[in-house]
Amino acid sequence: MENAPAGASSSLSSSQIGDRQDKAEGRLITVYIMGKAYEVPEEATIMGAIEYAGHQIIRGAGCREGYCGACATIYRLPGDYKIRTGLACMTMVEEGMTLAQIPSVPAEKAIYDIEKLKPNVTAIQQMYPTVFRCVACGTCTKSCPQGLQVMDYVQAAKRGDIAAVMDLSFDCVVCGLCMLRCPAEITQPLMGIMAKRLYGRYLRKESHELAERVKAVEDGVYEAEYAEMMSMNREDLTKRYYARDSE
Amino acid sequence: MYPDYMAESLRKVVETRPKRLELARKSGPVYPLMNAEERQKVLEGFHPDYEPSARRAVCVGPNKGETLTTEVADLLESHSWLRSEQVDLSKPDVETDVLIIGGGGAGCNAALVAMREHGVRSVIATKLRMGDANTMMSQGGMQAAVARADSPTRHYLDAIGGGHFENKPELVKALTEDGPGVVKWLEDLGVVWDKEEDGSMKVMHGGGTSRKRMVSCRDYTGAMIMRTLMDEVRNHPDMIEVKEFMPAVELIMDAEGRCAGAVLYNMDSEEFITVKAKSTIVATGGYGRLHIRGYDTTNHYGATGDGLVMAYRAGAKLMYMDSVQYHPTGVSFPEQIAGFLVTEAIRGAGGQPVNKDGELFVFPREPRDIEASAIIRECVQNGGGVPTPSGRVGVWLDSPLIDMLHGEGYTEKHFPAMYRQFIRYGIDITKLPMLIYPSLHYQNGGIEINERCETDLPGLYVAGEASGGLHGRNRLMGNSVLDYNVFGRRAGKYASEYAKTVKLGKLSVAHLDAYEKQLADANVKTDLVTPILLPSYAPKDVKKRQLVRGGNTLPGTSVLQNRLHDDAFSPAGAK
Repeated sequence: MENAPAGASSSLSSSQIGDRQDKAEGRLITVYIMGKAYEVPEEATIMGAIEYAGHQIIRGAGCREGYCGACATIYRLPGDYKIRTGLACMTMVEEGMTLAQIPSVPAEKAIYDIEKLKPNVTAIQQMYPTVFRCVACGTCTKSCPQGLQVMDYVQAAKRGDIAAVMDLSFDCVVCGLCMLRCPAEITQPLMGIMAKRLYGRYLRKESHELAERVKAVEDGVYEAEYAEMMSMNREDLTKRYYARDSE
Repeated sequence: MYPDYMAESLRKVVETRPKRLELARKSGPVYPLMNAEERQKVLEGFHPDYEPSARRAVCVGPNKGETLTTEVADLLESHSWLRSEQVDLSKPDVETDVLIIGGGGAGCNAALVAMREHGVRSVIATKLRMGDANTMMSQGGMQAAVARADSPTRHYLDAIGGGHFENKPELVKALTEDGPGVVKWLEDLGVVWDKEEDGSMKVMHGGGTSRKRMVSCRDYTGAMIMRTLMDEVRNHPDMIEVKEFMPAVELIMDAEGRCAGAVLYNMDSEEFITVKAKSTIVATGGYGRLHIRGYDTTNHYGATGDGLVMAYRAGAKLMYMDSVQYHPTGVSFPEQIAGFLVTEAIRGAGGQPVNKDGELFVFPREPRDIEASAIIRECVQNGGGVPTPSGRVGVWLDSPLIDMLHGEGYTEKHFPAMYRQFIRYGIDITKLPMLIYPSLHYQNGGIEINERCETDLPGLYVAGEASGGLHGRNRLMGNSVLDYNVFGRRAGKYASEYAKTVKLGKLSVAHLDAYEKQLADANVKTDLVTPILLPSYAPKDVKKRQLVRGGNTLPGTSVLQNRLHDDAFSPAGAK
């Protein structure tokens, strides 16, 4: 291959930021990581900047693509009183930003047997009673790096509307920033997980074809065809594969 | 936003779109499918595995003499953290029935099955937090033959063909026949599957599927499954003990050659902890963070192939470790998310890869190795790529077609994660295409197992991406999500049954000394100490100034200071 693959070129993604620095490209800006000043590339994500500064992250990095919630971060910008929130892997640094990662938020998960709960307000009352302390201030919604309507799903939980909690909390990455900021000390993400499970367990529509298929496998309906294909030589199997029709 | 110089190319994509939309609405493929010869030609010409320096022979261990991916051979030809005299096994720190190494999808499934179906206790030891695993990141879906038009045997044929007929048949049978049952198992645990109005499973196409077979939870499929499994694991603290930030660094054997637990490493206190277990399950996932051939990866932070090297030192054979999966559609622009995954379900829903002139050049849903190679060919040989400001290249993945095919709002509803990923950078994927290029995604091979997840070593079980044989040399989309569920459950079952019968002998890590001797005899010179545990992304000049830590007698021995990325090979990007 004449050209280097694009996937391998220098990059400002956090994984390759060292290379970029070695080529001394790009403008540097000052950010304060846990109060200490560092010069970092202006196009870096917060995670990229922390690693550029030479830190080895142990807590505070996980999937690095916005799914796992390990890299919750709070920060302030110069001249602005607001505490802002973000995922370090997804948020860009800004000049003068002062930041701290919050890799773990203390919270007690309710222990429950899903087979003994019902998908209603009683389950919420029993397992996550703090939900009813909500004062509807909206701080949770403002702090959500996913842009979810967190307060709306807390309100839905108070009404026992499990389907709405499921839908509104579907994209929650459990970074914990809402529960850290909540003045009523609610543990929104944990309640959201329970509500999703209750929905999946009890409020889904049954799939008849799934039940039939599970039974057919148990009854050995496919055994003969498996045996036939597993005994075929490679040539015959290849023929059958390329001759198969497609939906 | 895209830079101004891309406007001309973007205009061409818009120009050709109505014609391509018409093609997509017709039945039949939008571009001719490749036959067997064409597939072979594009692979040999353009797949990164076929570059001359991509593979080399490994000179120690059970696969000695076999040609493996170069970085894997480097990983295996390395020193252990430990020598036998450093480990006191007379009084293990922890004892349990089943030790599960890895807290991802496979590990959690195994623990739940061991507890629920066999009444067996387990310890999950995991490097980061439970759920910090590639499981969490799978977006598009899981294959399972649940639709009426489909069947498990058809799934079998698709998987075997996608793997170029090299998959172990008994593993593919296990995968495909357990599929529908896994959908039910997860639904009963509370996974919220996407459904049709009548309650039947919503199914989509993936690369290499001849029937719509991909079941999903919007584009947070893995996150939904992982959080459900984790939540259930945490409901049973009396039966399942979770040790976070405690990766295993070596397996423990007994005098009769059975696997009998592992030595863990506490990431905080830097202590080594011994765990004696009647059976051990390796569920450590893959190796994307080795950045093979210098590629960016879609993988999570801890994907450093730890299980491979631990099991290899203990004597377990690896299979198909010469084959790397590059996902056809990693992000090429914006720079900050380069290498990130763009789910294959985008193509399943009608998204088309097109070149800088807006023309199709490949059927959008070829098996992954074929699709990725075709994209590389289009850029490297045909000049059909669009360069990025930082020197990358990519082709367009025309996503606006999706709303045109399925109705406005479909993309935002079904691909919220993708939409969110790009809109942060001012790119609305319902209006603009994405610029993509293949990204390092999956370890096709691994530790060889049978359909009971057994390895060459009694008492050692492997499940999920760490295992080898199931996918041949190319995995299809959605089969890894099914893999960790099916084989995680199977590992839980068979490891539990075994744990009830085995009587362990005297514990030992003498295999580490024997392996060290093999390295010396083969004249291997390396300062690499493995498992890698975490990659280091500090700039090179910072690394040079950092002290070697860890207190080990070997050079370069620190979890924080591994050298694989700097010295063991030269990444393609450094050319």
